[in-house]
Order: sequence, then C-alpha cells, then structure tokens
Amino acid sequence: MSVFINKDTKVIVQGITGETARFHTKQMVEYGTKIVAGVTPGKGGTEVDGIPVFNTVEDAVKETGATVSVIYVPAAFAADSILEAVDAELDLAICITEHIPVLDMVKVKRYMEGKKTRLVGPNCPGVITADECKIGIMPGYIHTKGHVGVVSRSGTLTYEAVHQLTQAGIGQTTAVGIGGDPVNGTNFIDCLKAFNEDPETYAVVMIGEIGGTAEEEAAEWIQANMTKPVVGFIGGQTAPPGKRMGHAGAIISGGQGTAAGKIEAMNAAGIEVAPTPSVIGETLIKVIKEKGLYEACKTH
Amino acid sequence: MNIHEYQGKEILRQYGVAVPRGYVAFSPDEAVKVAKELETAITVVKAQIHAGGRGKAGGVKIAKNLDDVRTYAKELLGKVLVTHQTGPEGKEVKRLYIEEGCPNIEKEYYISLVVDRATSRVTVMGSAEGGMDIEEVAAETPEKIFTEVVDPVLGLTAFQARRLAFNIEIPAKLVNQAAKLMLGLYQAFLEKDASMLEINPLVVTGDDKVLALDAKFNFDGNSLYRQAEVRELRDLDEEDAKEIEASKYDLSYISLDGNIGCMVNGAGLAMATMDTISYYGGSPANFLDVGGGANAEKVTAAFKIILSDPQVQGIFVNIFGGIMKCDIIAEGVVAAAREVGLQVPLVVRLEGTNVELGKDILNNSGLNIIAANSMADGAQKIVNLVAGEVKA
Repeated sequence: MSVFINKDTKVIVQGITGETARFHTKQMVEYGTKIVAGVTPGKGGTEVDGIPVFNTVEDAVKETGATVSVIYVPAAFAADSILEAVDAELDLAICITEHIPVLDMVKVKRYMEGKKTRLVGPNCPGVITADECKIGIMPGYIHTKGHVGVVSRSGTLTYEAVHQLTQAGIGQTTAVGIGGDPVNGTNFIDCLKAFNEDPETYAVVMIGEIGGTAEEEAAEWIQANMTKPVVGFIGGQTAPPGKRMGHAGAIISGGQGTAAGKIEAMNAAGIEVAPTPSVIGETLIKVIKEKGLYEACKTH
Repeated sequence: MNIHEYQGKEILRQYGVAVPRGYVAFSPDEAVKVAKELETAITVVKAQIHAGGRGKAGGVKIAKNLDDVRTYAKELLGKVLVTHQTGPEGKEVKRLYIEEGCPNIEKEYYISLVVDRATSRVTVMGSAEGGMDIEEVAAETPEKIFTEVVDPVLGLTAFQARRLAFNIEIPAKLVNQAAKLMLGLYQAFLEKDASMLEINPLVVTGDDKVLALDAKFNFDGNSLYRQAEVRELRDLDEEDAKEIEASKYDLSYISLDGNIGCMVNGAGLAMATMDTISYYGGSPANFLDVGGGANAEKVTAAFKIILSDPQVQGIFVNIFGGIMKCDIIAEGVVAAAREVGLQVPLVVRLEGTNVELGKDILNNSGLNIIAANSMADGAQKIVNLVAGEVKA
C-alpha cells in the first residue's frame, strides 16, 4: 500500500511535447510508471516516444482510462491545464510548473471547490511511491521501498531527506512534494491524513519552511489526530524577514511565518524537529527506536 | 516587485480612487516648479524610497511656501534614509513626491488587500486604527481588524465593501464613498496582478472626502510577463546590484551580511544550507538557488556574482542533482574558478545524478577544491577554512 499513487496508476502527461516533459516522461517510464498518454493541443494523433498524444485531456481519459495527470505546461498556460484536468474528473493532478501567477491559482482553487480532483503543487517535484510509480522530476534511484512517508514544501530538501533515509536502511512508502507556492493544492494535513490511514506507513517525515502558517496548523492536527510518529525540519531558520527566499511562499512577513515559531509549535505538539537538515534521517531513527518501530522500518 | 508611492497613486487615479494631487520631482528646481503648479497652502515633500517608515525617519516634510519646498528638496535629495525597513545601511533618496497638503483630516483608517494563503482568496482588511503599524494592531488588538474574503467569481461586492466601511466606523454619510474607493482598490489589485496593496492611512476630511493618503503596492513577480505597464515602473536604483545581475540569468539570489558565499540548487536546500552554515558558527553571505535547469554558463554567472561581494571569504557549493546533473555543475564550477582566478577556499558537495563523473572532473581539474561528503561535512569545512583565513 501507499498513498495517492501505486503501480497500477495510469498517468497522462499534459504538455508532453515540450523538452522538459519529454525528458521526464522517459525517466518516469524507466522507473516503471504507467504513462498511457500525452496531451498537447494541436498534436493529437501523433506519438512521443511511443506514447499516443491527444488534443484534450477529455479525449486522453476516454481512450486510456487514466486517473492521474502530471502537468509540465509553461507557467502562462498551466492554470488552464489544471482546470482542464479537473474538468475531466481525474482523481489527481500533479502540477510541476513553477512561476504560475498567484491570482490564476486563486481562480483555480475556486473552480476546484466541490470537484473530485485532488491537486498536488504547483511548483513541486511531484509524488513518488518507491519502486512502484514516479510522477514528477525527482531522481528515482534515491528511493527505496519501505514504511516511512515523506511530505515536504521543498524539492531538493525532500531528496536530501529521502537519501539520508535510504542510506540509513530506512525505506519509504510515498514521498509527496506539495510545492513552495503560497496558493496550492494538497497541504500538509491532507498528506498526514493519508499517511495516518495507510497501513504500510509507520512513521512520517514532514519538511516545512518559513512563510505562512501551514506547519503550525499541521502540528495542531498531528497532536489531535495522528497515531504515528512524525519528525520534522524547518528550512529558513537564518532567513532575513521581508525577503522572498526563492519560493514565492517562503517569506517572513510581519513577524509571521518564522522558523522559530514553527519549530515551537511542532515541539509543543510533540514533534521532534531536526536541528539541521543533515540529521533528518538520524532524528527519525532516534524516534522510531524509542517507539519500537525501528526493526519494522528497516529495509531487509 | 515594489514601486514608489507616486507610481502607486498614479495607478489608483486610473481606477477612480481619490488621492491628493501631486507630481514626482528629481531636483530642487523641479520640486519648486511642480509645487507652484499645485498652488496649495501647504505642500508635502515626500522622499520616494521602497521602504516604509519614511515619516518617522524624517523623509516627509511639510512646506508652508516655495522656499520651504526648495530647502526640504535640497535636504532630502541625496540623503540616506534609515527606516525600520531599510536595514542599517539605509537608502539614498533620488526622487521626491511633491503633493498637496491635506490640512483638514478628521480621522485616519487602514485598508489593505492581500492574497490570503489560508483561504486561497483575496482578502480585504480594514481597521479604524489608521496610521498605525498594522502588525502591532494585529498582535495587540486583533478584534479591531475586520476582513472581507473575496469570491474570485464575483469580485469584491458592494455589500462587502459597505460592511467593511461600517465596521471600521467610517461616518455613515461617507460609507458609499469609501465603498466605491474600496471597489476601485480591488479592481486595481486584480487587473495589475498585485500581491499586496496597502493604504495607510485612508483619511476622512473635514469637507467630507475619503482619500488614500499613502499607497504601497507589491506585485506578483510571476505575473510581470503580462504586466508591461507595471514592468516599466521598476526602479533598479532601489534593488541590490547583485540581485539585478542574478535575475538576468534567472538565478534566485539574495544578499546577506555574512562572509561565506553559497551556491545551491533548490530554494529549500539553499535555505537549509544557510541554516547549516550558521549552525556550525559561520555566516552566509547570500542565498543563491541556481534552479533545476542550470547549465555551465549559469553556474559561471552565479560564481561571478558571489565573488563580486567583497565580503566573501570562502564558497560552499551544495548540489543535490535530480534534474541537475553533477558533471554539468562540476564543469561549470571548474570553468568559473579558472575564469575568475579563484582566491578564496572552495568546498564542493555533490550528490545525485552522475555524482562520480562530477567528482572526477573536480579532482582532475588541478584546482584547490575541497570535496565534502555531506551538507554537514561541507558546512563545517568551509566554516573552519574561513575562520582560519580571518585569523591569519
């Protein structure tokens, strides 16, 4: 088991004819992901590396029965691509594209209310279920199948954490990059809920960063509901206020969204927070040993 | 992206928002000339810099005649203003806004529009505590802040604007005027792709007018491609030269106060690298995310920008290659180090795709590059090396 995606998930690639999409489509196929179709308006009826291309998401879904879409469409058109995926009633749309105008995302979120589709991203590395299905841009080889769930606002920091876990012999169920934008789809709590309900996930690593209050809300939710151990890390402990640190959402404003405040909230909820990113793996191991879960989590 | 107050007010005028009359001036002569045209009893001379807190820092002067205007213009132009938002180094005043005075203010209010992350909607905030720092109001008396959440399908509705006006206790006879002003603010926010618009203060005058006395716009950098008019308003004098250079290469760079230059891929990892350097007692000179699709040219540019900071006494390159291949980064690092004649210690940590190829390129370069096995290892090495340099 895993969350959101597994070995049977059928995936379409929106914007498949673009250079980046094409490169990552190959990587995903090599990993074993079932990429069943691509969508590029005007290129319907052609093929990209043996994958059939359709003009609309609706057509692609009708022909292939895909339930998940990954979006590599340029920022100016990406919001429209998300709308198209939602309209086609996909279960999940994963938007990799960064730099989408925030007011476009405000409209997208309004349209999604009451609709079936879950959105992950935008501006995210994607979702991977180790050894089963990789959807996004993360390096596949660092992941190993196991029992730890990972959820993060940062791409490369997710790789860092997953790599440490794999090196230490701790495999993962699913790693979800929720993205660094201020207005996005799936949040920490959505992922934590899914991990909490997944019988194969025994513990969770949650990686946050400065800006907003998502980590504080997640900490509160964990304290009230989570039955599995969670360890955390918060990036940007030394970031100056008022400056946007790369991610559009990573900004301390008006004393809100500081790393110190988030760490305090997480500690108060009983979540152990790694002091540096280099010891995320060690911190998790310490906690699962305390909970008697270490042997069960070890990759055999 | 930020703009000046006078530019913000120009936008507001286009949306029918009442603001005092005024003109920009770049010299004392110009200041006097436009003050003459205004023909007002009281003229306000306002320093134009991209930072709040100008009034408290002495950047806003009240002139009673044209001689005063000239005196204040001379005093302010070229002056370095230090406010709570500029940092200790302050900002040099290069432009002035000459505005008609507003002598009969009855009361000051606060209005702002932001994209609220929690609701994923535009939110209008208002308070009767005008002129105050809104963060203070939020912390001490949150009940004095009223909000209206905007449905993007409908836009800000008239009833919401009226309700907010009543809530912040705008006099009943002026509520419709204030509501109309708020609708104008929302339209400007929406059509110009703002991420923040703050009117502090909004004022009610003795002759029954509702006016925006200040205007602070912040625009969404992701939308600038479709906002040609907003792009024109960018003032490069207000930005860090290294940050401007970085933006040409699509690098995300922020200047900091320390002496260890950082080059990292990914915003989260870049922040975490700064944190790790600080954890081991060092001080980062910058935040630099080279992005996912960096090539040798970008890496070279990044290197040059880091080294253009005279404070930099060592560099730490921390790369976790996913899309980014380690051999490409290594080639860029070697080329850049050769080109700039590297004089400071360089520690490189590579991990991810093609890591062995990358390490070979560094080892065979003949350059004095110190390899690190992990982020923590690299951070400790560069902190120790720089500490040694400083001592010597």
